Amino acid sequence: MRNWPEATLHVVTGKGGTGKTTIAAALAIALAKNGHRTILMEVEGRQGIAQLFDTPPLPYEERKIAVAPGGGEVWALAVDTEDALLDYLEMFYKLRRAGSALSKMGAVDFATTIAPGLGDVLLTGKACEVVKRKDKKQDNAYDYVILDAPPTGRITRFLNVNGEMSGLAKVGPIKSHADSVMAVIASDQTAIHLVTLLEEMPVQETLDGITELEENNLPVGGIFVNMTRPPQLDAAQRAMAIAGELPQQEIELDISQSGLAPTPQLMEALLSEASDHAERVDLEITELERLTQLSRPIIVLPLLPSGIDLGGLYELAAIMTASGIGGE
Amino acid sequence: MTLDIDAILTNPDKNIIVCTGSGGVGKTTTAAALGLRAAELGRNVCVLTIDPARRLAQAMGLTELDNTPRAVVGISNESNSNGSLSAMMLDMKRTFDEVVESHSDPERAEKILSNPFYQALSSSFAGTQEYMAMEKLGQLRAQSQWDLIIVDTPPSRNALDFLDAPARLGSFLDGRLIRIITAPARGAGRGIGRIAALGFGIFTNVLSKLLGAQVLADVGNFVADIDTTFGGFRERADATYALLKDAGTEFIVVAAPERDALREAAYFVERLNQDSMPLGGLILNRVQEVPETGLTQDQILAAAQKLTAEGQGPLTAALLELHAQRMEIKERQKHLAMRFTAAHPNVAVQPIPALAQDVNDLAGLRQIGEALANQGITW
Ligand SMILES: Nc1ncnc2c1ncn2[C@@H]1O[C@H](COP(=O)(O)OP(=O)(O)OP(=O)(O)O)[C@@H](O)[C@H]1O
Ligand SMILES: Nc1ncnc2c1ncn2[C@@H]1O[C@H](COP(=O)(O)OP(=O)(O)O)[C@@H](O)[C@H]1O
Ligand SMILES: [Mg+2]
Ligand SMILES: [Mg+2]
Repeated sequence: MRNWPEATLHVVTGKGGTGKTTIAAALAIALAKNGHRTILMEVEGRQGIAQLFDTPPLPYEERKIAVAPGGGEVWALAVDTEDALLDYLEMFYKLRRAGSALSKMGAVDFATTIAPGLGDVLLTGKACEVVKRKDKKQDNAYDYVILDAPPTGRITRFLNVNGEMSGLAKVGPIKSHADSVMAVIASDQTAIHLVTLLEEMPVQETLDGITELEENNLPVGGIFVNMTRPPQLDAAQRAMAIAGELPQQEIELDISQSGLAPTPQLMEALLSEASDHAERVDLEITELERLTQLSRPIIVLPLLPSGIDLGGLYELAAIMTASGIGGE
Repeated sequence: MTLDIDAILTNPDKNIIVCTGSGGVGKTTTAAALGLRAAELGRNVCVLTIDPARRLAQAMGLTELDNTPRAVVGISNESNSNGSLSAMMLDMKRTFDEVVESHSDPERAEKILSNPFYQALSSSFAGTQEYMAMEKLGQLRAQSQWDLIIVDTPPSRNALDFLDAPARLGSFLDGRLIRIITAPARGAGRGIGRIAALGFGIFTNVLSKLLGAQVLADVGNFVADIDTTFGGFRERADATYALLKDAGTEFIVVAAPERDALREAAYFVERLNQDSMPLGGLILNRVQEVPETGLTQDQILAAAQKLTAEGQGPLTAALLELHAQRMEIKERQKHLAMRFTAAHPNVAVQPIPALAQDVNDLAGLRQIGEALANQGITW
């Protein structure tokens, strides 16, 4: 891919509610285009993928959930900390049965509460295991792994496994586990994308988040500007609308032409809405400029008026393809 | 049913208002707007904000994060009412530190504050922010300097966290597991049964492999130091929870006119009901207002299409389309609002129009305050 040629792990973060899960899913479809195999992972135990694809809750198991144009496959996996810890205990300590007994007693919950970093190491570890997994022919089991990650406020801590280790054992398998995770995440095998809306708070959070990721040498990818609405008026018209200088008589004539009566109510509505719209659009443009200054790839996605369903995901994926993501 | 917010704001028996809802819907904005309005109606108000937008914080004079209320300048005293407004931004770590300091002698406090487990707990644990927001509310209330405290809630996606997280964290810190695992030698595990004890043995063992012996030692020290000074974390959480159930408290639920936000609001309303907590009403924030013209959306769209087909008046066609789009958004929002009301007929709903600009000065807050009190709003 043009922008992140080496990236197989695509991490999607952003302020809460900006569309992380939606964008991650659309990205998984876009990257699967033309015969690729991708896997969409979620790590917060919320069953966001199942909700989005309208399927029953996903078990802790890789499942095919969609196909992509040109014969690609999208798989999905919902991992939570408990699953990941039990896996880990089995792998390194052969503790599967005792592990699940302990988990019933609340002990697994306890361990991850006492050391939130432990959960993060295990979850990112699972993602890296999937990234590195080979099939029988020694090809990558998945071409791309897309991670629906925690929000911007927590993303650096989540990914910066080395930092997390300060609260964990300095020796033993957990340490080497963390080292191998870091080798994937802090390399160009990974791209961390941020989803935002064109509003002050999410844009500010995006800017702060990028700074923090960069400070920790984590590879920032692109910015997905979500839920945009196309402006109805061009720049000159917006300036006139805000100044109250739209050509009223001309508009009245047009309205008569169109078969409606240019009543004072209608004129008042159209003019006030025009100025309101112009103010909003100008504000959005200012916010977009703040993002443009970062000189990172920006992918703009529209607000789909009818909301997001499976069709909507394909629509967003197609826009991503048209913006140069995947598809080769 | 509409909401009579001024009746709540001027009711001297109401001394706590809690603004809740899912993230990004306008809780902080609403809390600040309610505070300003109440002050201008003569109350002595303190607004406890959690995560204000930078410019909103500046507008309220919150430039330093010092965890104490500061007087907001620019309150209008037109009605000669002598109201006042103070505002503060919660610093959860600092609040936690202060709790520790006020409950222990300096030496022990120092030990706790420098414990790495405590440092993680006070800055990055799930639920700490909610716990400390409650704690701060309790403190402000005890100062009896304000007759109305308005509380914003942390930006969690789950509004119920505000009610539940403190007790959850409290139980965890007071809990059996933390004692058994960190100090099995104390015999805290007595009574849990031999098999379970064996299980814990394995687990403690694994845990120290995962976390390192030092981490467990830190937790153990923390538990021991806290034990002797605190009445119990759970008990404190329960005490503030009781404050929220008091008749002097009013909850205001904020939602955006969107499916997810309204679903979250519905959960919250049901929970308040179940726990007999006082609900003032639902603020439906950022609704699309559309001036009435007597025309239907279809008529407007047909006119726009006619112009476009004839290659006439592109500007006018664009204006008509914009109007039609807004009518559609409004219809969809009203439909969602109606579904909410059908399920919760007794909840007063107050729509607040979406302003073209962000709300980041006192004038903007005043405008939201007026909208909050506008009982004649036609939407
Ligand atoms: N481009 C879009 N057009 C229309 N609706 C959208 C678009 N993107 C997202 N949405 C809607 O916005 C809401 C929030 O999206 P989503 O759940 O993906 O956000 P999120 O960032 O994952 O949220 P959370 O922080 O809760 O995990 C959903 O209802 C979704 O359908
Ligand atoms: N009625 C409104 N009109 C326009 N902008 C609003 C309105 N209410 C809130 N906002 C803006 O929305 C953003 C989020 O609001 P905020 O109060 O911080 O939400 P929350 O505290 O629920 O996360 C802010 O930038 C605020 O200025
Ligand atoms: Mg999500
Ligand atoms: Mg807020």
